[in-house]
Amino acid sequence: MTATAAVTRVEEPAQTGSSFAIRTTDLTRRFGDHVAVNSVSLSVPRGAVYGFLGPNGSGKTTTIRLLLGLMQANSGSVEMLGEQMPRRSAAVLPRVGTLVEGPAFYPYLSGRSNLRRLDAFDATSDRRTSNARIDAALDRVGLTAAAGKNYRRYSLGMKQRLGLAAALLQPRDLLILDEPTNGLDPQGTREVRTLIRDLAADGSTVLVSSHLLAEIEQVATHVGIMSAGTLLKQGTLAEVLSGTAALLRVDTTAISQAIGVLEQLGLSIDHIAPDYVTAKIGDVPAEKVNAALVHAGVPVRGLALQQPALEDMFVELTGKGYDVVR
Amino acid sequence: MQPVVRRRGVLGRQLRSELLMVFRRKRNIAMLIVLALVPILIGTAVFVAAPRPGEGPPLVSQIAGNGLFLSFAALTICLPVLLPLAVSVIAGDAFAGEASTGTLRYLLTVPVSRTRLFAIKSAGVLAYVAAAILIIIVVGAIVGATYFGINGVTLLNGETVSNGEGALRAAGIALFVFVDLLGLAALAMFISTLTEVPIGAMAATVVLAIVFAVLEAVPQLGSFRSLLLTHHWFGFGELLRGEVNMGWLLRDTTIPLSYTAIFAAAAWARLATADVTS
Repeated sequence: MTATAAVTRVEEPAQTGSSFAIRTTDLTRRFGDHVAVNSVSLSVPRGAVYGFLGPNGSGKTTTIRLLLGLMQANSGSVEMLGEQMPRRSAAVLPRVGTLVEGPAFYPYLSGRSNLRRLDAFDATSDRRTSNARIDAALDRVGLTAAAGKNYRRYSLGMKQRLGLAAALLQPRDLLILDEPTNGLDPQGTREVRTLIRDLAADGSTVLVSSHLLAEIEQVATHVGIMSAGTLLKQGTLAEVLSGTAALLRVDTTAISQAIGVLEQLGLSIDHIAPDYVTAKIGDVPAEKVNAALVHAGVPVRGLALQQPALEDMFVELTGKGYDVVR
Repeated sequence: MQPVVRRRGVLGRQLRSELLMVFRRKRNIAMLIVLALVPILIGTAVFVAAPRPGEGPPLVSQIAGNGLFLSFAALTICLPVLLPLAVSVIAGDAFAGEASTGTLRYLLTVPVSRTRLFAIKSAGVLAYVAAAILIIIVVGAIVGATYFGINGVTLLNGETVSNGEGALRAAGIALFVFVDLLGLAALAMFISTLTEVPIGAMAATVVLAIVFAVLEAVPQLGSFRSLLLTHHWFGFGELLRGEVNMGWLLRDTTIPLSYTAIFAAAAWARLATADVTS
């Protein structure tokens, strides 16, 4: 996979670690015979919105747990905000807001009391500004009205919002958000998207894991795609998508004739249906194909250029099956 | 980028948060109320039945003769089952409870160091154990004084000491029982680091306490029984004799203190290195 190699190549920063919010080197974690995270070298540039993609069970959450020091790696290293992890977690983690594998709070405490407890445990938080910061965080995620309600009585979307509020209790240089839109309605999903954009605009780096590809495509500047514990591809969104060819769709009744013309032009056929055909267009201009088809007398009913979507890339890399990859 | 500033008074804030969690939780308050009911019920029963001093079982007649003995009687009644149950619930919940709600991973990414978290959780458990013992003694003394009056404390050998010395001896008994329960609390906290199911840790601790009691009843085990956590649990009776043998008291507390040291160290080691997968 030469394309992958080209994309995953990382320019060495001038000063070690200065231009990356997260950088892992050959991070590996095994559970018995199962390699959950296999030699993953993640590079998240500072200021990026990094979409961390992969099917269920591909090792995204384990990687995040390794980043945060919740689990120990068998081998490899983690550097976060320029410091070694987990050795320097006391200095690094106060600057990192996290949402790991869904929100988790004490069910018998209110949303506000839950945030108060987290803030009380933070060695870097200023107790004089505690209430103001908690109110601001609740307001930012639209949870002010329900702040006094017991967490037990929260809906899934409200729980998710409280999790985001916890990540926003302090100004953060880095946010690690694992499936932040899980359980949110379309309105909530939009709000989270706006939130991520705002955070990035304020200069924070955001790593957001998701299986909602369209979601990621709208906010991410960079993506990394995991499958079966391996980081298949990473880079800027454009770099990663460039590996996937745009498709040309020709709607016609004369399928075989059309295929002949397309192949003559050097296009490789992707899919043949009774009334249309698609082909990877490569570098050939679409207008040239159009002219050739007309010249050959192919009755064209429709001609459409389909730009690659992240979903196509994703499916191409990780397979179409619904099975959980072990 | 702002430098990270560690602020003063952090430990105080963390401890306060933990104590509020422990003492505001309805379940924990309910257990304290049950413990407080024990001296109230015994005192009322003795008062209503009113055996004259010298009649009935020794402890009961002592209660009728002197109010402070209600505290000791209630403590003796709570020590085999109710107090171990309360300790198992609190200490078994310490880490497994945080793991089961998932809050453990969020505390650790705040971040709180694992050693600090161990210290704070231990402090919460110790405070609750102390409160459980004190509530029995204090409620016992109040109810006892109301029903029977406290005019000097008559010891088991018939000698009477002043109220001040009686209070001192009560404090000694509280401390002795506290040390007893420390061993069990440390054991429960260790089990709590092994599971994400708090009920499991609580039940396992209670089962172990029962196993200790069963083994205690097997005479064939001979001197092996002196290694059981519960072997000298009731040694605080020594504090109700005229001449207190400090050597015996120290010997009786050696086993619970050893259990405390061993299992607290094991719990810390486990918590400090375990993968957090909850």
